[in-house]
Amino acid sequence: MKSPAHSMKTSRVPLRLLFCLLGASVWSTDATIAAETMTVGESTVAVPENNLVGSDKLLLTGGINNVEGSAGGGLTPWAVIGGYGTRDQIGANVFYTRVNVQDYHLDDYGVTVGLFNRVELSYARQRFDTEDVGAALGLGRGFTLGQDILGIKLRLAGDVVLDQQDWTPQFSVGIQYKKNDQGDVLHAVGATDDAGTDFYLNATKLYLGQSLLLNATLRFTKANQMGLLGFGGDRHDGYQPQFEGSVAYLLNRHIAIGAEYRSKPDNLRIATEDDWYDFFVAWAPNKHVTLTLAYAYLGNIVIADNQRGLYASVQVGF
Amino acid sequence: MTFHNIPSRRPRFLAAAAIALGTLATPLFADENPAPADATLLPVFKQFGEKPGLIALMEDFMVLLVDDPRTRPFFADADQLHVKQALVDQFCVILGGPCKYEGKGMKEAHEKLVINEAQFNALVEDLQKAMDKHEIPFRAQNKLLEKLAPMQREIINRR
Repeated sequence: MKSPAHSMKTSRVPLRLLFCLLGASVWSTDATIAAETMTVGESTVAVPENNLVGSDKLLLTGGINNVEGSAGGGLTPWAVIGGYGTRDQIGANVFYTRVNVQDYHLDDYGVTVGLFNRVELSYARQRFDTEDVGAALGLGRGFTLGQDILGIKLRLAGDVVLDQQDWTPQFSVGIQYKKNDQGDVLHAVGATDDAGTDFYLNATKLYLGQSLLLNATLRFTKANQMGLLGFGGDRHDGYQPQFEGSVAYLLNRHIAIGAEYRSKPDNLRIATEDDWYDFFVAWAPNKHVTLTLAYAYLGNIVIADNQRGLYASVQVGF
Repeated sequence: MTFHNIPSRRPRFLAAAAIALGTLATPLFADENPAPADATLLPVFKQFGEKPGLIALMEDFMVLLVDDPRTRPFFADADQLHVKQALVDQFCVILGGPCKYEGKGMKEAHEKLVINEAQFNALVEDLQKAMDKHEIPFRAQNKLLEKLAPMQREIINRR
């Protein structure tokens, strides 16, 4: 491995502190607004309590967690705000995802908080194990690249479930800040940075009459293999637009099937990067658990081509 | 916590005038049609068991609404017979059936109640439960819900 000719750009974001603040803000708002009364004519009507932390959205309408922690499909974020909280509530969930392809595996876990169906905050930690490829690259068998991802998403307009009267989708805009922990290795493979930020826009539409959901995402990114191989590279170093799309069909109240596609940049000379796609089944027996199984096609990753395999994810909600 | 029956009140002249003006005003200010008929949903009407099916469905739906603590406050002391009859007619018209809906608009029917999104969703879940019990196919259920979903703008009046 050549030693870096110049120092790798690193960012100093106190990730652990941010995560603690995130957790504290969720639990400190576990408050119940007391029953109010209102007067109608001569009668006094007591209004039931309104819980601030709740899960009163309809089943499956918070999406699942994608590999970067944002709510949506498994590979792509959607315009939906994560969690089951309504416009008056805060909802949250945690997830664990495992992807096994022939020559690598990915462990991925995190937390997503939805605030008043308007703002979504997420944190995910990815660990990408290079197994024997690590040995072939001289890094050691099982060499692991790790990445922390902080996400924030804002619903701009529309309501995917309630807007059934016309064609308008729900629109959201989001940011994912990503920090990889293997700066030296990333530079050695040709990446410019070990940290980077993705910006994305989604439009998601649920055609309830057809039991069909469609999503389109436009993402501006420099991330190589979503950041696992750093950001920017010796082939191309600027932001490029990428397109992502999903389709989901509701089989019944508890099960959705679908497919996703995610286009990828190709910034590194050392290896081609392919577009990703998958076919999935998501099962939500209740509002507290969603299980997702998918078959993912990840294409070429570094020196191993045609990577494909099983994706499994569990989401537990409060 | 006790919940009192909300007394029915005949609209005052001012309210009636406002409603009349409202129907003449631009679509932005007019109440939506509470029972928009869609003739293409006739097959769905059949899957619901037509009018007898809707009547049986509303019987079970009302039982669930009173049983559910989230919706009970709105229905326990209401004129349940009237509500059931109105719902049958409303859903019948929406599904392209040979009925007439002569009830109130959604906004007027709900404006004296205080309803948030959670309570609206609770009613939807109870309706789904009732439809499941009557073995109405999932796609048919969604076709009805598609017509009902936009009504939330006139029903949800509380944050």
